[in-house]
Amino acid sequence: MNAVASQKVDLRDARKDNSMLLQKEMIANNFKKLAKVKESGEKVVYTFVPGNINELLMCFDLAGNYPEINSLQSGMRKKTGPYIMEAERNGHSEDVCTYVKSDIGMMRKGNIAPTGDPLPEPDVLLLSYTGCFTFLKWFELLRHEYNCDTIMLHVPYQGDGKITDNMRNYVVKQLKEEVIPKLEKISGVKFDIDRLREYLRQSAQAEDDLVWVLESAQNRPSPIDSYFGAIYYVGPIFSAFRGTKEAVEYYRTLRREIEERVAAGKGPVTPEGEMGEEKYRIVTEGPPNYTHMREFWKMFYDEGAVVVASSYAKVGGVYDFGFRHDPERPLESLAEYCLGCYTNHSLPERVNMLESYMNKYEADGLLINSIKSCNSFSAGQLLMMREVEKRTGKPAAFVETDLVDPRYFSASNVKNRLESYFQMIDQKRRAA
Amino acid sequence: MLSTEKIIQRCQTLFEDLNFTYAREWKAADKQRKVVAFMPIYVPREIIHAGNMLPLGVLGGGDQLEVIQGDAYYQSYICRIPRSTIELVLTDRLDFIDGMLFPSICDVIRNLSGMLQMIRPEIYAHYYDMPQNYSEKIGGEFYVNELQELRKALEKVSGHDITDDAIRNSIAVYNENRNLVGKLYRMRAEKPWNIPATEAYLLMRTGMLMPVEEHSQLLLDYMAAVEKAERPKRDNCRIVVSGMFCEQPPLSLIKSLEMSGCYVVDDDFMMINRWPTVDIPTEGDPITNLSTSFLKHSLKTSATYEPNEEDKGLYLVDAVRRSSAEGVIFAAPSFCDPALLERPMLQDALNAAKIPYTAFKYAENSGQMQPIREQAGTFADSIKLWGEQS
Repeated sequence: MNAVASQKVDLRDARKDNSMLLQKEMIANNFKKLAKVKESGEKVVYTFVPGNINELLMCFDLAGNYPEINSLQSGMRKKTGPYIMEAERNGHSEDVCTYVKSDIGMMRKGNIAPTGDPLPEPDVLLLSYTGCFTFLKWFELLRHEYNCDTIMLHVPYQGDGKITDNMRNYVVKQLKEEVIPKLEKISGVKFDIDRLREYLRQSAQAEDDLVWVLESAQNRPSPIDSYFGAIYYVGPIFSAFRGTKEAVEYYRTLRREIEERVAAGKGPVTPEGEMGEEKYRIVTEGPPNYTHMREFWKMFYDEGAVVVASSYAKVGGVYDFGFRHDPERPLESLAEYCLGCYTNHSLPERVNMLESYMNKYEADGLLINSIKSCNSFSAGQLLMMREVEKRTGKPAAFVETDLVDPRYFSASNVKNRLESYFQMIDQKRRAA
Repeated sequence: MLSTEKIIQRCQTLFEDLNFTYAREWKAADKQRKVVAFMPIYVPREIIHAGNMLPLGVLGGGDQLEVIQGDAYYQSYICRIPRSTIELVLTDRLDFIDGMLFPSICDVIRNLSGMLQMIRPEIYAHYYDMPQNYSEKIGGEFYVNELQELRKALEKVSGHDITDDAIRNSIAVYNENRNLVGKLYRMRAEKPWNIPATEAYLLMRTGMLMPVEEHSQLLLDYMAAVEKAERPKRDNCRIVVSGMFCEQPPLSLIKSLEMSGCYVVDDDFMMINRWPTVDIPTEGDPITNLSTSFLKHSLKTSATYEPNEEDKGLYLVDAVRRSSAEGVIFAAPSFCDPALLERPMLQDALNAAKIPYTAFKYAENSGQMQPIREQAGTFADSIKLWGEQS
């Protein structure tokens, strides 16, 4: 076992239910698969989570590597601090996205996956430019390092709050005339639309079960935590598993598990076991902090706070407003999926979404975790907070952390803010 | 004939006026007139102009605006231009505009479009998405349709049709303006001591604030005045500045660069004044022409995608070669994603071409110029002392 793999990780003693263990195994297996591409002969594609077209990539037998997943997994294992500093030593600004710097630092330190498995170099970078400007530069930076083929899939932003025919047609045209031919050439595999349809059918099945699980948070107590817990739940569908039989099986298992929890009137499973009494129902906006996730989560469950809905669980696909991948409209539905990811929505639409979560899940308040690294999420969040407060009459609060930069997690500040916030909710209740 | 001093004085007055009085008066002179604001880096001003509307460049509030309310809308780690722009909106300094366009430059400007939609729903606020696919039949088709949609929306703002002929006419007017800007840049590169960086900056900035026809005349007057009066030549080094395309530096920063011994011979200030790089045809379908020019003749910038790795960063190397510069100063606003993410790749391109560079950050309200002057001065000295040996 190498030194990296033998490092202790924060969550090693955490209580996990079966679905969490299964998810962990799936993600780990993908890293193992990537580590063995030299033997298997599979070509490797690096791509992003939002707007990923995993079903299409599977049609070309490509092994998918997701740099964001690597960064967050490294963050959870406390490895990102040195990676980020390595990138900064090499000229990357302290002001920019720490996912990018963690990824570049990891590469410069030998490109070892968070699990300790070696990562292969990419045969192709598929730049799905969806909802985040940084993606565009990130893959230019990776291309600069690897000098490999790069495919750009430009996904227009829903600036006016809707998907137009022009947007959809543009994405479909890129898929047909650039993405697919290039993937055929790189992989040597001929595109088979029926194969794509089958994967999309499986995606839709998994999406149905995921939505059921997310909506189970309408129960009291909520059987899930839709932020900290949902990060595990969305892992497979946001990455290399959407469209696979494994994902269908995973979400079926997860749903059964949650059905049992609902029937038993149980709350979520936390790293320290069953959660106690549900006192506060919270909607969250923004990504989590990964370097101190367990500590952050504990600040919630110790106070009896459960997250009943989060925008972050929609960052790799918004399914709870009706969208499903559609095998009858394969490329169009892939385009709509890309266009519909959470951060590709306009700010007014994001406010509408949060307001609907507040009402649908009978939340006590909105908490924004504002991430230094992520302007796509963060720019405008203070206005969003005020707007949701105004519309719902429920209190909102704001904390600031970072995705994977341990220098930007101040536990005492966050804890103080959260405790004050929960007190504020209590006061509001008493006044009502 | 007007002197350079008089012309620059006028530019400075317009630049310092955060109430945009000149644009207000332009609008008030005719009830048919409208004003459509835009943010960096590029919008097709020709379509706005063709609708009898004034395209008004909004580049933040600079160092003279006290940002009070705007800070309540942004976290400390977000650049300053959106907060001062919000301040301009909330203090009614932009209460006369009829629309505002937010080009696809970064996520902060993108989200600002949605913020304006919420704060001022009566204003037409539109995120202007430029294609990152440069194929005419893919990105071009998308872009032509987007431009047609924009045209329709601007027709609503203006209250009348925007005809093909009107757009062709506007294209010709802007072609002339871009040619004059190009001439000014060439003149400066040839004799930078005659066109100080602050004067070039103010001339470019004024182009954001007045009708294009007036700006073209202003450029003609200035260049005529420059040709009449040779200024003393100093032993400065010749540098290109890179990274100032969105949030603007304080004027004192630009002045500090020159005072420290640097002649600015090329820059990325207000790129829209030179975008596209060749004349747009005035015959044929004007929307297709705008689209094709964008796809084929855009300035390269860190806000757009470079499809070819071998070309990455060459635009900056070319700018250095074209202007016979001796080095590059990277000056980026703090927290500017496009400039700061791009910089390592640009630096590699400069390293490969053996072009020296230095880098610092600023904000539009930066007050301390001494460190910048020292850094730029040291850079200039190092080029003068060791430039030819490296």
